[in-house]
Amino acid sequence: MDSYGDLIAADDVLLFVNAAITSTGQREFHSEEGAQRLSLDFLHEYMIGNYRDLYAAVLALDINDHNAVLIVRRLLESAREATDEQRRTEGRLIARRLALLPPQRVYGLFRELRRAKVNNRRTRAVMRDWIAARPDPAFDAVKYRGGVKLALRHAHLAPAVEELGPFVFAPSSRKRFTTPILESWRRAHYEQAALYELPYTVAEGFAAKHRIPRAVFLERIAPRMTRLEQLRLQESGREHKAGAVRADLTRMPLTRLASYVLGLPVADRLARRAELTDALRAAARRVAGVHRGSWGRVAAVLDDSFSTVGSGQKRRRPLAAALAAHYLLEALAGHYTAFWTSGHTDALLSRPQGPTPLGHRILDALDTAPARLVIVSDGWDNAPPGLAGEVLRIWRTRLDPGRRTSVVHLNPVYDAEDFDVRRLAPTVPTAGLRDAEDLPALVELAQFAEGRTGKAELTAYLDARTAHFLKEER
Amino acid sequence: MTVLDLTGLTTRPSQVWGGVRLVPLVREEPLTDLRLHEEIYSDGPGLVELGPRDHYLSYIPHGFVAAWTGDGSPAAAYGTRLDGPGGGPPPAMPLRFHRRMVRRQAKDRLRFLPLHLALEGYLALHFGGPVIAWQEWSDRALRGGLSPRVEEAYVGAQVRGLGDALRVFEIHPNQCGLLVYTGDALASAFAVPHPDDYRALHPSLVSDLYGELVHHYALLAAPLPDFRTAIDGAGIRSLADLRAAARRQERDWALFHDTTMAGGLLDVPHTAQSVYRLGRFTLSRFLPPFAPKHENHIGETITDENGRIAYLKTFRLSENQVRRGHLLSRLAERQWNLADTAAELGVTEAQLGMRLESAGFGHLLRRDVLDLYRKVAVGTLGRKR
Repeated sequence: MDSYGDLIAADDVLLFVNAAITSTGQREFHSEEGAQRLSLDFLHEYMIGNYRDLYAAVLALDINDHNAVLIVRRLLESAREATDEQRRTEGRLIARRLALLPPQRVYGLFRELRRAKVNNRRTRAVMRDWIAARPDPAFDAVKYRGGVKLALRHAHLAPAVEELGPFVFAPSSRKRFTTPILESWRRAHYEQAALYELPYTVAEGFAAKHRIPRAVFLERIAPRMTRLEQLRLQESGREHKAGAVRADLTRMPLTRLASYVLGLPVADRLARRAELTDALRAAARRVAGVHRGSWGRVAAVLDDSFSTVGSGQKRRRPLAAALAAHYLLEALAGHYTAFWTSGHTDALLSRPQGPTPLGHRILDALDTAPARLVIVSDGWDNAPPGLAGEVLRIWRTRLDPGRRTSVVHLNPVYDAEDFDVRRLAPTVPTAGLRDAEDLPALVELAQFAEGRTGKAELTAYLDARTAHFLKEER
Repeated sequence: MTVLDLTGLTTRPSQVWGGVRLVPLVREEPLTDLRLHEEIYSDGPGLVELGPRDHYLSYIPHGFVAAWTGDGSPAAAYGTRLDGPGGGPPPAMPLRFHRRMVRRQAKDRLRFLPLHLALEGYLALHFGGPVIAWQEWSDRALRGGLSPRVEEAYVGAQVRGLGDALRVFEIHPNQCGLLVYTGDALASAFAVPHPDDYRALHPSLVSDLYGELVHHYALLAAPLPDFRTAIDGAGIRSLADLRAAARRQERDWALFHDTTMAGGLLDVPHTAQSVYRLGRFTLSRFLPPFAPKHENHIGETITDENGRIAYLKTFRLSENQVRRGHLLSRLAERQWNLADTAAELGVTEAQLGMRLESAGFGHLLRRDVLDLYRKVAVGTLGRKR
């Protein structure tokens, strides 16, 4: 039997995991950016102060990049407080997580470390290893020039290729570079054709310098764009009639794709219905993988109330998460029914509008006698307030004490005031949701959130995840 | 004496943000032959000209235009017949002159400045001042009436939390109205004939006028609790029971709200005065009974031929304003005779004089009369000691 303290520890860790999955320190519909950051910073301080092992182990979960960077930074800053054993595990976790992060995030982290004057031996080693593992140092030097410069300087590293030193620190000292991409960069200062050999973000600056019309630029740079850049510039390219900017929608990640669809005007969505639906279904099937069709009867209550509009920084993010979850559950389930809070039935045309009658929709969903009920909502149940909680409580205690139906609530929004995602009812496990792709893992994690699991079980779970996470590296 | 008739508007569950509670009103069958248009005046004081002498200083956030669309077809918020009454503001001058508060724009148009109508009604309750030239009244009161008539009001943006509350508010389908509570005291009621009108006007609520009391309550109120649903589990054997219980809860809330929370507005008889009539609709303004220490709302309505409300906008008076209104209405009842009024209120003439002065109406009394009252008041106190 766990002690009271252990239960609290387990609770704290879950709370932190939820925050680390959902919050990005950006503005949300209900709270400002400052409040989000303040709240998140407090949680990080609290965790590293009290549960250092668990804090590091969270790196093995599907937390978002913003929080991964924050955790790594705090671990490196306080390296002195760790025991040898802890350092070894932390080192491996950090290295593995950094390898998964997008490079701009990592260079951003190095910049933060420099600003905070963290330059212990461990930090330098981490930076050295990460830079050594980069596949193409010359490409990095062009695309993340500032970051590379700063990292080399901060960690006292010699560049991997001889030419990189002069390129980064004194580019005008050479008349010519032998590495093609470096040479292109040099020529792009004078020659328009050369900039089309550079990565999109770098070329964009040169295009502005040479005053190249946007349509021409987009048309010719298209092959150099990354997958997500192509998706992001789809509509812009269409406007400029740059036909070359054509993303293969079926290859896009599910939640990004959902965001893209929700950004389109309704008329476009209607006109391209078949294409968009196919793309979303394909992405969902890819995520579902072997679990496809294995979940039995599933009902989902999905929130498309006005609050899912998110904020200027996270546009329609909660709605995108719900839409992506809709297609994923459709792929996972044997028999699937969706209930949108607005009462609309056409998922592709959903838009953030109206109040959140979550309680009534949950009743509708329970009517279909599902084996699993998944609720995706920000938890602001307001028509009437608190009905969802009451329905779930009475369902669990009176109508379904045998647990024929398993209920889980996934919340895409971090509530800065409560240091957690908003819950609907104490009887229903709630987990944070970032990308719908993580949904199966989250449903598993949410089982811990019923407040009855102790620290031992949770630690075992985290250990298993850590082992799995570190095994992937080989 | 009339009572506001909100038939056709149903109360839905409230949404709370900090000290502000917003209660949506939903119309199952929107009115299609009356549509409102908004004309937002540029920020800055608007000057309403009532006649040559009556310059009137106040902040005017809105001017509305009422349009009658016989076919009822255009569903867009701004309608298809918007022809911009008055044109745009002069580029360099933030002042606008409104020749009359209500005037006909075109054949089927009526323009009015919401609340102004009602504020004016309150201020000009006895616009002409004393009707009989009793000797106590000053020359100025007899000649100029109660002018200058200035009252204080706050813009919604200054009411703490109201802007955020309106921003995060989730508009219901078919919503046609909103009741604003600050510190759970009814601040303002707003209703329009059509949901599209409401959707267009919702953001403008933050630039509306609110009374002093509302502002203070919002500033001082602690976060309000939600009226959370609480269902007793006993006796619930199926989902149908649960659903019925949920419906019952919603009905209970609506009943509680209409009779208790909004009781101060809906149950109290008001003195209504019709201002204008066009087609089947009547524009009127109403005044409360001016009962001190009670809720008192002034406002304006557009009602149809059955007296049902198509448009409603109210303004809550502060305690001071109520007291002033109370004094004026008592005086008016007694033909502005000080002695009679004092007797009716159960005070001496001197005490009534002091009350008039403390309410800001001292200038209406002749100087020597007021001095005498002061002396008596002080003397009375002296003797008591």
